[in-house]
Formats: sequence, structure tokens, C-alpha cells
Amino acid sequence: MGGLVDWLLAALVLGAAAWTLAAPTGFAAVVGFVGFGLLVTLAWVRLGAVDVALTEAAIGAGATGVILLMAVVRLRGGAEEVSAATPGRAVMVAAGLLAGGVGLALALAVLALPDPAPGLAAAAMARRGELGLGNPVAAVLMGYRGLDTLLESVVLVFAVLAVWSMAPDRRWGGIPGPRFPRQEAGPLALLARLLLPIGLVIGIHVAWVGAEAPGGKFQGGTILAAMWVLAWVAGLVQPPAIASQAVRLALVAGPLAFLLAGFAGMALGEGFLAWPPGLAKPMILLVEAAMTLSVAAALALLVAGPPERAA
Amino acid sequence: MIGALQGLGLLAAAAGAGFFLAGTVGLIRFPDTTSRLHALTKADNLGLGLVVLGLLPFAGSLGAALKLLLVWGLVLLAGGTVAQMIAARVRGTEPGA
Amino acid sequence: MAEILLLLAIFILASAGIGLWRVLRGPERADRLMAAQLLSTGAIAVLLLLDAAAPQAGLLDTALVLALLGAFASIAFVLAARQVERP
Repeated sequence: MGGLVDWLLAALVLGAAAWTLAAPTGFAAVVGFVGFGLLVTLAWVRLGAVDVALTEAAIGAGATGVILLMAVVRLRGGAEEVSAATPGRAVMVAAGLLAGGVGLALALAVLALPDPAPGLAAAAMARRGELGLGNPVAAVLMGYRGLDTLLESVVLVFAVLAVWSMAPDRRWGGIPGPRFPRQEAGPLALLARLLLPIGLVIGIHVAWVGAEAPGGKFQGGTILAAMWVLAWVAGLVQPPAIASQAVRLALVAGPLAFLLAGFAGMALGEGFLAWPPGLAKPMILLVEAAMTLSVAAALALLVAGPPERAA
Repeated sequence: MIGALQGLGLLAAAAGAGFFLAGTVGLIRFPDTTSRLHALTKADNLGLGLVVLGLLPFAGSLGAALKLLLVWGLVLLAGGTVAQMIAARVRGTEPGA
Repeated sequence: MAEILLLLAIFILASAGIGLWRVLRGPERADRLMAAQLLSTGAIAVLLLLDAAAPQAGLLDTALVLALLGAFASIAFVLAARQVERP
């Protein structure tokens, strides 16, 4: 019975992917892509990677779909520029063949692995208790791959900078995104008021349980960002001007705390990002809290887009 | 007792699955967008509701059971809102349009 | 018991998957949206059924996140579709 679930999922994932590629309009492709994300969430669950499933659920439903959709909105009217920037059929076919070849090679490599596959999982599981984290994924991300996680957090800041750099000079420092009218009545106004407090609690819950169970800063931060976007589209809040010190501080708080913790490891422990024994858990929780704030700020700003209005 | 409850739960969950199928059939076969919206909300509200109801006897703890109910509540709230917004859009009565 | 729960999950997944035909067919943007919405609700039901069949830490939280954000994407779609159609 489990095998039937997997075959059905695989077929649906491939179908959704094919539709997303072949869709006639940008809007239809984004809807297909969101459906694809939902199916991939289920696929990760079937593979036993609930951490990844939770991430895909949060980012797929809360961030990428909305960001892509805002892109579709911004591209309207620019049909000539879009078609000029679209690669020709030959390039597309070549890219598709290349991606298909890489995918096939990866699949063959995975199938050729002995069972159980060689790896460091057993060694990592044996020592995860030393950081005081019950969730092995969080223990690896913070303990062994701390540098990767730090760089990921920095990448988000660069992504926001890249979006901001799309602004014309006269708009620099202004307010990002379109202005949504304030909904005084109607379904959206009700939803924004009711869902917001629940969503904030769920976002903080998901970030907090990351130490012990699937969850963590990226997933929790995404939910918080989505709740801010909901308040924005309902007209309850306006995006802050990007010249604001508070916005910039929120954006870099996580990477900054991470870096400071890394240097503290040099002073108190064995080297950069080595968590000092005894202090590991509280330091990791502080870094995770700051990162949750920064992930939320970065994703919300990515959705809001480049500054379009004067502050 | 638990076994009997779980048996009833499976029946409820199967009925919920039936509403999902009804939602799909309606979404595919109904002639216009507002009728199809009608079909969709049945799957959202009743389909998931019956599945949640049916799974309550399987919940391992009170917390898990409350989480199940919260899932349904959120889908009701958000699904209802979306249905209203889509309907307003289709009928051309949305604010600011 | 677990087998029946898995069977129901397959049934709902297949049903929502067939509903994806509306994403292909349209004709309105709202029709495509509705199929995605049905898949979102279906995915939540499948997650809950999978958890009941074989509990895994985090599965309920994943369903909770989809319940919170699933319709959120559709709301953004409706608002954006409004903007797309504005001249």
C-alpha cells in the first residue's frame, strides 16, 4: 500500500512539473508550481525527511508562490522585454537535456548505493546530545555545518540587496511595493485580524520546536514573514522605508549574532563556530532567535520588492 | 472502546474521502466557475472536517487532537475567505476592482 | 487499520490529483486557483492520514503550516490577479 502512495506521488510530481514548464501564461505556471510544491512536500514526508517537508510547506506556500506571482504582476505590460529576455528554443532544449541528464545520473548514483548508504549519520547521531539539541537535523546544521548555515543566512541579506538594487536612483531609500487599500470590512479584513495572532503563535512554535523536532528558524521565519505579508495586502500595515535603521538592523541581526557566536567560539572554545561546552545550547538558541527575525525580515522584504514610492 | 471508536473514525474518514471525490467531480463537471466554487468548498469544509473527526480517536495525545481541530479550523477560516474573494472576483463585485 | 488509512490517503491524493486537470484547463484564473486549493486541502488530509497510519514527529506541524499558508497563497493570487488586470 505504501508503494502505491509513492508511485502515485511520483506520477503527480512529474505531471505538475511538466505542466509548470509547458504552461501558456506566467500565472498558470505559478499555480502549477505551487501545486508542484505541495506534492513535493508529501514526497519528502514519504522519504522520512519531515524537516525538509516542513520547509517546503512553509517556503512553497508562504514565500515562493507569492514572490513569483509578484514577478508576474510586475512583468505585465513589458511583453517585448520579456520575450527579448526569453531564451530561444534551442537553448531551452539544451538546458532541458542537461538538467534531465544530471537528474538521471543522480538517480542512477543513488540507486547504485549500497543499503545502508555509507555516511556519517551514525557518528553524528551518537554525538548530537553534546549540543543539547534533540533534533538531529538541527544538531548537524548548527554543530557540523555551522559555516554553511551562516553563509545561507548571509545569502538572504544579499538577495534583499539584489532586489533593492533594482530601484531607480530617485526611489532609493523609499517604500517598497505597491500600496494596498485598507480593508475595513469584508472577508480579507476578517481573515487578517483572526489569522494574524494564530499565525504568529504557530510561527514562533515552529521556530522554537526546531531544537527538538522538525522545525527551525527558516520555517518559523517564513511563517512570520507570510503573516506580515497578509497584514500588508489587507492594508493593515505599510512596508517600512528601506532607509530605516530598524529594518536594516532586523535584516542583519541573525548573521551578526551568528558571526559573534563564531568568534566567541575562537575565544572560549576550539575555534571559529566551535560551540563552547556548557554554553552551546543557550548560544544556539540566541542565534536561532536572531536568525528567525532576520529570515522573517528578509523574506517579507523579498516579497515587497524594490522601493517604488518616496518615504 | 477505543477499537469501536476507531472503527467509527474510519467510517467518518471514508465519508470525508467521499466528499473529496465529490469536490473533484464537481470541479471538473460543473458548468461555470461559481458552481465549481460550490463544489470546492464541500471538499474543504466537509471532506477535511470528516477526516479530522475520524482521526480524533487515533490521536496519540490531547495536544495532537487539539492540533487536528486547529488544522480544520484554519482551513475553514482561510478556505471560507478565499471562497468569498474568488466569488467576488468572478461576479465582478470585488472592492476596488 | 494502518492499511485502511493509507488507502484513504491514496484515494484523496488521487482525487485531488485528478482535480489538477482544472489547473490545466482553466478557463478562468479562478478555476486554476480552485484546483490548487483543492490539492492544498487534499495534501493536508493526506498528511493527517499518514500521521495516523504511522506517526512521525513534525507531520502534524507540517499539516498545520499548510493549513495556515495554503489559502494564503490563493489570497495573494486573487489580489495579484486583480493587479494583473488593471491597465
